[in-house]
Amino acid sequence: MKTDIVLAGVGGQGILSIATILGTAALAGNLYIKQAEVHGMSQRGGDVQSNLRLSSNPIASDLIPRGAADLIISLEPMEALRYVSYLAPSGWIVTNTTPFVNIPNYPELDAVMDELKRHPNVVSIDVDAIAKEVASARASNMVLLGAASPFIEIDAKAIEEAIAAIFGAKGADIVEMNIKAFRAGRDYALRSSAK
Amino acid sequence: MKNKMLLLGDEAFALGALHSGLSGAYAYPGTPSTEILEYIQGHPLTAERRIHSHWSSNEKTALEEALGMSFCGKRAIVSMKHVGLNVAADPFVNSAFTGANGGMLVVVADDPSMHSSQNEQDSRFYADFALLPLLEPSTQQEAYEMAGYGFEMSERLGVPVVVRFVTRLSHSRGVVETVVEPREQNGLHYPENTRQWVLMPGNSRVRYRQLIEDYAKMKAEAEKSPFNAWRDGTDTRLGIVVSGLAVNYLDEIFPNGSCPFPTVKISQYPLPKDTLHRLADSVDELLVIEEGQPYIEQHLRGTLDNGPVPIRGKLDGVMPRTGELTPDDIRVAIRSLAPQLATLGEVVVPEPSKIVVPRPPALCQGCGHRDVYAALNEVLAGYENPKVFGDIGCYTLGWLSPFNAIDTVVDMGASITMAKGAADAFQHPAVAIIGDSTFTHSGMTGLLDAINENSPITVIISDNLTTGMTGGQDSQGTGKLEDICRGLGADPAHVRTIDSHPRNHADLMALFKEEIDYQGVSVIVARRECIQTARRHAKQKK
Repeated sequence: MKTDIVLAGVGGQGILSIATILGTAALAGNLYIKQAEVHGMSQRGGDVQSNLRLSSNPIASDLIPRGAADLIISLEPMEALRYVSYLAPSGWIVTNTTPFVNIPNYPELDAVMDELKRHPNVVSIDVDAIAKEVASARASNMVLLGAASPFIEIDAKAIEEAIAAIFGAKGADIVEMNIKAFRAGRDYALRSSAK
Repeated sequence: MKNKMLLLGDEAFALGALHSGLSGAYAYPGTPSTEILEYIQGHPLTAERRIHSHWSSNEKTALEEALGMSFCGKRAIVSMKHVGLNVAADPFVNSAFTGANGGMLVVVADDPSMHSSQNEQDSRFYADFALLPLLEPSTQQEAYEMAGYGFEMSERLGVPVVVRFVTRLSHSRGVVETVVEPREQNGLHYPENTRQWVLMPGNSRVRYRQLIEDYAKMKAEAEKSPFNAWRDGTDTRLGIVVSGLAVNYLDEIFPNGSCPFPTVKISQYPLPKDTLHRLADSVDELLVIEEGQPYIEQHLRGTLDNGPVPIRGKLDGVMPRTGELTPDDIRVAIRSLAPQLATLGEVVVPEPSKIVVPRPPALCQGCGHRDVYAALNEVLAGYENPKVFGDIGCYTLGWLSPFNAIDTVVDMGASITMAKGAADAFQHPAVAIIGDSTFTHSGMTGLLDAINENSPITVIISDNLTTGMTGGQDSQGTGKLEDICRGLGADPAHVRTIDSHPRNHADLMALFKEEIDYQGVSVIVARRECIQTARRHAKQKK
């Protein structure tokens, strides 16, 4: 198996916790992992991305070449578009639809959504709304992770175990809330992509 | 039995050092090197073995502290970002003369692409003229292994060893296999040769000749280093020299050892000259692939550029001259040099989006630096040609909109000294803005210059009680800033303190105005805890 993922968002949104959970699940499954992160200046509200590569074979590069990513997971719709040149022809985009507007020249949201729709393989999901509905606004990351999970060749159960391991210290309630959010996202993606 | 862990390059190295008998780790925070000391601080072995892991005031003090530990026979590391080595350059170059007793590693993380830095300088040049060996890990696993390997080399050769990281390895996670039984620490023992630790000219002249002789030994070690590798190839129209992390990108383009060209991978310096000659003698043309500045390429070319084969790389534009490398850069370079390679097919790269706009970083909502800039801008609007000299930290973001509040940012501490120089040129207002951690790093000595001449400058220390930009490490001046300024001789009547908070906007303005109009040195400590660390502390209390 091989899944190359570009994780995108705005500094502070928490893309790294998604990466941590996938990394934990992959390590438990004895997969090879490389994960390039952004630390430092951009974390202050700038655009941030992380390259996460999972494979059953050794991985050479920490960076994903252009045109080779299997998946873009984005917590923000314009940030998903920032990395489309990395997407492989068969790759999927899974993105939150709620914009994060902290710049004066943010493009028209309709134009962003139109361009996203022109890609053949897209799951657009309002993770904030779903998170609020089934769990808590704080679990929106896990809704997005759930929505992306059908496109990652790791068993959903293994990802849930990783969620339990990562949030375990915060108590059973928090684990349950996050797993609920994860499942809601996954169900949404399975329905909308009919995969 | 080995353990498998998922670690950042920085963390892998830190763990390698802990497992190799480390006794002291020294550092000043700086992206991308910060996580080395942070990992050591959080590791149970550190408390158990009483390993030193406190932050230092700056890179120079950190390096000297590590050297003192090495003098006493114990193993020490000092870590910093690339520009930190400029600050530590004096003890660094001289540490090649004193040599090391206990193993000493100088870990420097370069930042190609300047993700979070003001330049792209390449630390390999420093190791070169200091006559020190350098290790350049290409993977997280090598980063782990090079700690112990480097300590042994340092003790065997009797010199500090430089370890060069780049951002992409420092901040990338990979699976690392670790040993289970950590090595014991060294006991206290003193250098056999005591003369070379006293760098008086007579001693240094003797030592310099010895160091040059020893450099041949370092080179010989590099020739047979397990981290330098010769890879056979069948197509000798091109040979490749690839260093450090860049080898991963080459392997990405040619998976499973499918590269047809003879290749030398370099992760240990001085350059293994014999191996490189052997490669040059067997191919028609050489491509050099290296992260950072064209260090290897310049060595191979020399000034006259008259070697046996043409050399291709950053200097002739085959590889990009600036910025960090990507696998795509290497694909393009090799396609241009070896168009016969059918295996390197055209990759379909989707068109980038045309509507995406840049999203620059910004000061957090609720950050005290915002209140300082809001008030300062309003006050300075009442003066003709006010100049504000900035410094290195989160408040550097004050240059961006909406504040556009600073005119210069150069290096740690330059706000105060440049404001003084401007005042010497009869500039008024000359305002310096500096953070608390940057002030104790390199601002204090400049303030002393200004105080000694009573220069009419206004120094604002925007004190957020932490080293903010690098993620909230302890700041060495916390609770002492006003005392430090008064101790340096600042007039107590013009060392002022205020909370930088929106509710104090009018008071901030009045204070700034009053001190700008004072014709001497004023220091205003504008204080408010960093919103990020405040949140963290609130959570810990719960």
